Amino acid sequence: MDGAHDMGGVKWSGPVVPEPDEPVFHAEWERRAFAITMAMGMPGGWNIDMSRFAREDRPPEDYLSKSYYQIWLAGLERLMLERSLIASDEIEAGKPLHPAKQVAKTLTPKDVASMLHRGRPTERDAVAPARFGAGDRVRAKIIHPPTHTRLPRYVRGHTGIVERVLGCHVFPDSSATGAGENPQWLYTVTFDGAELWGEASDRNLTVSVDAFEPYLEAA
Amino acid sequence: MTGPNHHHDHDHSELSETELRVRALETILTEKGYVDPAALDLLIETYETKVGPRNGARVVARAWADPAYRARLLKDATPAIAELGYAGRQGEHIVALENTPRLHNMVVCTLCSCYPWPVLGLPPVWYKSAPYRSKAVKDPRGVLRDFGFELPESTKIRVWDSTAEIRYLVLPVCPPGTDGWSEERLADLVTRDSMIGTGLPKEPDEIA
Repeated sequence: MDGAHDMGGVKWSGPVVPEPDEPVFHAEWERRAFAITMAMGMPGGWNIDMSRFAREDRPPEDYLSKSYYQIWLAGLERLMLERSLIASDEIEAGKPLHPAKQVAKTLTPKDVASMLHRGRPTERDAVAPARFGAGDRVRAKIIHPPTHTRLPRYVRGHTGIVERVLGCHVFPDSSATGAGENPQWLYTVTFDGAELWGEASDRNLTVSVDAFEPYLEAA
Repeated sequence: MTGPNHHHDHDHSELSETELRVRALETILTEKGYVDPAALDLLIETYETKVGPRNGARVVARAWADPAYRARLLKDATPAIAELGYAGRQGEHIVALENTPRLHNMVVCTLCSCYPWPVLGLPPVWYKSAPYRSKAVKDPRGVLRDFGFELPESTKIRVWDSTAEIRYLVLPVCPPGTDGWSEERLADLVTRDSMIGTGLPKEPDEIA
């Protein structure tokens, strides 16, 4: 989805502004928004790709006007509304108005450490041999899917070199729509600065992305 | 997401609206039995007090002190990092990137905020901001100037955009004058930004 989240190379006013001694959270509501988002993954049953799409798939003016955890919150509300875990009149009222939906499991304090330590590895057994190998020249396809994708716009149509073969991983484009994991080979593809940005580019720059096999064609 | 000053740009009424919404949402989810507030507290405590850049600094310090560990880290970082007990969410598949005097690595996520949580904790606001996400892949030397330092023109810059579930950790160059230092002391030199590639480690005289 060609959304405002896909920011690589976009002209933006103002410098990067680091904050000295930055706290982990900047307000109590950020702490709670972070924690309820993390905790709802278990009863909610969605995956990381569905979460990302729920955050990104919004009008640019909405995405760009929200702070980071406001986007998390909006994404979480959308995921819960879509699954009828909550209703919009409950959000408006600020209290439960309807019976809870049956959920398989909720996150208890004793589960927290093991859940975080386990993580959610995405590597899967290969279903077919890798089409590309290290050193191969590949072109990122020109695609503009209306659904979730992890191929950034700034590399589409450009040619790079496969640097690493990273194994077979859950394919976000399928996983985000509920179409299953559909594992695909994943490659680190390295582009010269000039290939992406033209003659004015820094001559000593390369940019690498991790690209799934369906994003690539031989060049 | 308008950048690092965003939090300060909003008036208080809008902030408190968000605050009220989050509070109400937590009430709804708790009363419906979907979340346990004690688990929420533990999640927050974990990322405020346990999981942060000190973990990554210990990994880097060990790599500086122990050549065999350094080789394992560069070959396959995930198990090497797990040797120190760091693993899991948003660090399931980690790759370590070795800086040299002639090569500087910088990590970004142009699409969202992917970041190696088990070794660096949660990302800072600037890492998630539009200026960093847009500029890092096109003008990384400009980003470094925003952070207050300049690399020689001849230093090659490699930018790594975390577009899948691989997470990247920069292994900075060990500052000179640290021969014989303990890992714990070396770790004091390792800044968070030096492990993202937007900074350098401290010099020994900075922590004297």
